[in-house]
Amino acid sequence: MAIQYRKERLDRGIKARCEDIFALASHREMLYLLLPRVVPVIILLSFPLLKGIVGLYWEKVLVITCAIGLLSLSWDLMASVGLVSLGQSLFFGVGAYITGFLNHSFGWPYFLTIPCGTVGGALFCAIFLLPVLRLRGVYFAIVTLTLPLLLTRFIEASKILGGNEGLSSLSPLPHLWFELYVPVLAVLVCLFGFRRLINEDYGLVLQGIRDNDLAVMSGAINIYKFKAHAVFVAGLAGTFAGAFMTHYYQFVGMPAFALDYSILPLTCAVLGGAGTFAGPTLGAFILVPLSEALRAFGTLRVVFYSAILIICIVGIPEGIFHYIQRKYHQFERAVEVG
Amino acid sequence: MVSSILVYGLVNSVILALITIGFSLTFGISGVANFAYGGFYLLSGYLTWMLLKLLGLPFVLAIFITILIVGFLGFLVYWVILLRVRGIVLSEVIATFALGVGMLEFFRWKGFVTYEFTLPYFKKGMLFIAGVPVDYQRLFIIGIGLALVLFLYVFTHHTRIGWSFRGIAQNERTAISLGIESDWTAALSLAFGCALGAVAAIAILPLGIISINMGYDVLLIAVAVGIVGGLESVPGILVASLILGYAQIITSVYLSAEWMMVVYLAAIVVVLVIRPSGLFGKFKELEERV
Amino acid sequence: MNIQKRFGGLLAVDKVSLSVRKGELLGIIGPNGSGKTTLVNLITGFVKPHSGRVIFKGSDITGKRPYRIAELGITRTFQLVKPFYQLPAFKNLIIPLYSPRVKRLRGGRYGERDDVAIDLLEEVGFERDSYVPYKAASSLPHGYLKRLELARCLALRSELLILDELFSGMSMSEVASTMPIIERLHEEGLTIIMVEHRLRELFRVANRVIVLNYGKKIADGSSTEVMESEAVKAAYLGTEAEG
Repeated sequence: MAIQYRKERLDRGIKARCEDIFALASHREMLYLLLPRVVPVIILLSFPLLKGIVGLYWEKVLVITCAIGLLSLSWDLMASVGLVSLGQSLFFGVGAYITGFLNHSFGWPYFLTIPCGTVGGALFCAIFLLPVLRLRGVYFAIVTLTLPLLLTRFIEASKILGGNEGLSSLSPLPHLWFELYVPVLAVLVCLFGFRRLINEDYGLVLQGIRDNDLAVMSGAINIYKFKAHAVFVAGLAGTFAGAFMTHYYQFVGMPAFALDYSILPLTCAVLGGAGTFAGPTLGAFILVPLSEALRAFGTLRVVFYSAILIICIVGIPEGIFHYIQRKYHQFERAVEVG
Repeated sequence: MVSSILVYGLVNSVILALITIGFSLTFGISGVANFAYGGFYLLSGYLTWMLLKLLGLPFVLAIFITILIVGFLGFLVYWVILLRVRGIVLSEVIATFALGVGMLEFFRWKGFVTYEFTLPYFKKGMLFIAGVPVDYQRLFIIGIGLALVLFLYVFTHHTRIGWSFRGIAQNERTAISLGIESDWTAALSLAFGCALGAVAAIAILPLGIISINMGYDVLLIAVAVGIVGGLESVPGILVASLILGYAQIITSVYLSAEWMMVVYLAAIVVVLVIRPSGLFGKFKELEERV
Repeated sequence: MNIQKRFGGLLAVDKVSLSVRKGELLGIIGPNGSGKTTLVNLITGFVKPHSGRVIFKGSDITGKRPYRIAELGITRTFQLVKPFYQLPAFKNLIIPLYSPRVKRLRGGRYGERDDVAIDLLEEVGFERDSYVPYKAASSLPHGYLKRLELARCLALRSELLILDELFSGMSMSEVASTMPIIERLHEEGLTIIMVEHRLRELFRVANRVIVLNYGKKIADGSSTEVMESEAVKAAYLGTEAEG
């Protein structure tokens, strides 16, 4: 009779040795733990320094990647509480418009408009979405899907905030290092911050709401308050991206609510692995440069994102970050059966 | 003035209802997400156009073939895409939404945006109702729309297949144990929904040129009507269409045409705050799911 | 002090009126589908009644949100236990410990929740020194999961505890080891409502028993009174066929 095998997955030896405080016992273990965290940080922080070699074009790509990365992180935090947003561009657009408006109409400088746009935008979105938080998850998805589309029509119809043409000739950002490092730092802060948050007890409550909200409610916790918090905090990342980019482009208009800003973060998150925060960021750093390289194809790119999104949702729902994590921590081997 | 508002309001309302029927059958009544609805709507239009212009088929045949093809594609979509994520409503929504966007943006990229893309009227000419000129196409739309709403109601309340559609939405396990093949039923529901969307497209698109934005608008309309009226209720579709349809016409008369879409925004916000399940809907709030 | 509930409700629960005294252990029994769980949902705010009121410690809590009611001191277990499987058992308790009620009653600083959780688990019979409290919930047997559910309620230090079929799915030995915990809680003064199918254990400990059938209350008295009641026998066993 043929020998049959089954696949077995075990933690790598080095991972087992890293439990708890034993990690401090040797350099190898510490390196094992620190490497995945430190390497991306180093790469991100040093990339702007390479502008002489890589060229200004790719530095610009870095900025856009960070913006999308922020939107993906924002999406992921909301998804961790069970709120799947199909319209991240809502946050981007609201942050962008508030910033643009303050700069255009009142002449406020960037270091006032950006914070106001960020916080004000997040507040606005959280309040706007408040009624939807009471409803089942699907409604949140549907409403976030339709809101950016409808807000665009509203701006177009009422002609406020520049209407179709938008607001242009806004103030620029001070200098290149600022332009490059602020988004990078924002991404790093959000990435590590959100990860810390979700691992704290507070984050446990958020995940509980996602997994079994009835049980959480019977634990005397006001789930709506927590959901609102999550939308606000997550919104901050999204609105910051919008606010920053307004000054980066020195323009804000209806494209701020573009479908791209909804679909792309969603695709990045699904590709990278929802729930991990590192996954969506990774997804962003893969997809955005890729899409820039494919610039020649125009709108076909959105078709491309859609295809990836469908493939990922259906085929690899857990995302590539989980895959990488698994490979890093575990190894597989075939074991004889019987 | 008043009579023209009344008549055009009615036409607009029936248009909205006609658009919503296909979406509502699949998502509201059967619980299967079909956010590619806008894509299928436009696909029907282009398909008919291609059959007419490129193959020179007679109109009636082209319509018939289009409806069949679109229905079949809907059926396929279930088996190829939705089957794997069935039950996880959010994944269904995302997957079909991505499909819809993919379809629409593909059409945009292909350049289906010029004025050549129009569908012919069923019959040219017009009538006067209460002194208001109404062309035959719009009359056809009213007829088809009302007939389909009636058909939908009868179908979901008095036929076996209709009941099985409603059954899989309520409780899949029970449905299966009653001998309802859940996957087949869901796929059929998707097919029917897309086919109904095709009917709507063929009837409505002749009114203007085919534009990509219509695809997104159609989804917005279906969602708005669904939210206002209650996603799973046929009377709700009718009433909500009437409300939104008239609100739109009145807005366009007294404000301007661009504000018409904003009516949806206002309606959604108001409904969600006051009565989230919609006028006739029975979905309860989050808690009442025990 | 009286804890009292009085309500009619959906047709699933048809004009049921009941009251519970503080410190009492009330049993609620009835055939399947008689509305027991709906009754619990009505009391704890998961379902709003069409008519009638729920009064707790003198104030009307009808139709309040479940977390408000839990905040006021009523907790319940769920029939279908859904713990957070990937988390260790004690982490499952963090969530109720995070609530404002616990902050009010226990105080507590950052980092203490883990210790409190382990203590709670010990109260419900998780062996402290073994690895059990630290095991992922997915690897715990059913009886332990049910007791985890109980611990979840105890975390809130509630005054009224409603157990919805806590013993369903438990083996005889698991029931035997869990029952003393309930008895101890009762002795310590906790008011308990037990919805159960396992009549033998319930009749032993309950002060009073209510029987539901088709949404109506058909009996209300001590264990012996209920056991002898004709109406109750008919409900469970049916009546003799005529002729």
